[in-house]
Amino acid sequence: MLQIRWHSRAGQGAVTGAKALADVMARTGKYVQAYSVYGAEKRGAPMTAYDKIDDKPILDHSKWMQPDYVLVIDPSLVFQEEIVDNTKDDTIFIVTSHMDKDDLLSIAKHLQGKKVYIIDAIKISQEEIGRAIPNTPMLGAFIKVSNIIPFEDFLVSIEDILSKFPKKIIEGNLRAIKRAYEEVK
Amino acid sequence: MAERYELKNKEVWDGNMAAAHALRQAQVDVVAAYPITPSTPIVQNYAQFLADGYVDGEFVMVESEHSAMSACVGAAAAGGRVATATSSQGYALMVEVLYQASGMRLPIVMTVVNRALASPLNIHGDHADLYLGRDAGWIHLIANNPQEAYDMTLCAFKIAEDERVRLPVTTNQDGFLVSHTAQVVEPLQDEEAYNFIGEYKALNPMLDTKNPVTYGAQTEEEWHFEHKANQHKALMESTPVIEEIFNKFADISGRKYNIVETYKLDDADIALVVMGSAYETAMLAVDKAREEGIKVGLLMPRVFRPFPYNQVAEKLKNVKAVAALDRSAPMGAMGALYNEVSGALAANGQSAIMTNYIYGLGGRDTTVEHILEVIRETNENAKAGKRVTPLQGFINLRGPKLSFN
Repeated sequence: MLQIRWHSRAGQGAVTGAKALADVMARTGKYVQAYSVYGAEKRGAPMTAYDKIDDKPILDHSKWMQPDYVLVIDPSLVFQEEIVDNTKDDTIFIVTSHMDKDDLLSIAKHLQGKKVYIIDAIKISQEEIGRAIPNTPMLGAFIKVSNIIPFEDFLVSIEDILSKFPKKIIEGNLRAIKRAYEEVK
Repeated sequence: MAERYELKNKEVWDGNMAAAHALRQAQVDVVAAYPITPSTPIVQNYAQFLADGYVDGEFVMVESEHSAMSACVGAAAAGGRVATATSSQGYALMVEVLYQASGMRLPIVMTVVNRALASPLNIHGDHADLYLGRDAGWIHLIANNPQEAYDMTLCAFKIAEDERVRLPVTTNQDGFLVSHTAQVVEPLQDEEAYNFIGEYKALNPMLDTKNPVTYGAQTEEEWHFEHKANQHKALMESTPVIEEIFNKFADISGRKYNIVETYKLDDADIALVVMGSAYETAMLAVDKAREEGIKVGLLMPRVFRPFPYNQVAEKLKNVKAVAALDRSAPMGAMGALYNEVSGALAANGQSAIMTNYIYGLGGRDTTVEHILEVIRETNENAKAGKRVTPLQGFINLRGPKLSFN
């Protein structure tokens, strides 16, 4: 089973992102679970969202997981040590930041020795979508790093999932996804 | 005429979306609701379906849950198919009217997303609300995942409206763990779902002014007892009808539900009894325990009321020890599942060693490892031939264990 944990602030779209990824993967015949953990707090509070992807039905309804991927879509949460909780030696971290890797790791010491990829998902979403909603660019970065499905297939599914939105929003999101796919490093 | 909704063979829905689509496909005449976390999206999605032309019925916004259930009672007595949704404090505020609905034999369907009751205030899942409605005279069906939340809601209408039953039904799904967890759901197409439930047949509708009837009349000591005994008998005798409807549902969906669900119980020495999403988590714990050589199985009453005493006893006739896991604060007693299962065994001359575990209150996580620990403890009781663990324990409680012995 592939397990993914998102770190976000409420309102940045981690729940929507996790559900979109689950939807994309279900279309390839996989079984999925997408859920989130938050309390009664409102916009801006740190929260986590989760994806589980497997070849057989997913029965585990506990919230606990040991993630294969940790996706951090808020630049300030990169500095919180909680992002490495319950991770494995080979867990891959994809974090949003405007900093380069050396500068980031010199401050975020908990990420030293980990497999870390960086994408400036906030900047990309602001420039391409017009709002700091870093969830879809993170998906683009995740597809590049994980190679979980062919990028063209991903684009077809995500365009369909976004089809309820106005054309301008769909196009902005697709540009953001493609740019993140190219820029993650 | 409501528009047909295009559904894929496989959708990715959370439990709330699944329940909302089942309500839409049932073409309910009146939904009266006052949204509350975590069942809010059921009502919200339903209202969206209505606004988009997928629902013909009325959606009544009311000023409280007491009013919601009161409006449901009025609409059902008038002669319509009626449904609502609620959770927790909203459920608590409805309780007075829940008893009225069942006493008037109104086939209302309520999709409940189970949540803890305050105080302290908590929005997360446990079975406090389900247990609060235990004696309200409703049939209570349990769903463990979004697919089952959808399936049970479709079945609920057919069960409630069957002329041999005519009782209100709740469907129950765990707050957040099911209601907000998106999984693959294979829905029926609209016509297939509607044809399964069938046209609504009004019985003694108040709007039939040529045949005036009274609902909710006063009966004192000369008749009250007979009414309540008959109502109870209808509830107890609904089990074979529910079974028949589950079989009909299996014919069209391929998904077979049972009054009592079991997992690897046939050759088991010990059993866990658990209801809700933790039943599926417990399946993984059973698989692990069997790798350790512990022959353990699981049992879940799919139908919590009427409680299937004899079926439960039959399924547990060969086990030496049983742990009943209750997801509600028992407050001065053993949990409800412990009491029901003990009663079922005693009534049939069975003497498995019984223990009770309380878990998951207010959304506290219950993992495969936690359940595996319960299995190991239960196995100790079976091996000793007597109870060597506390009578009642708490799973994944922080601080002192607080067990009762």
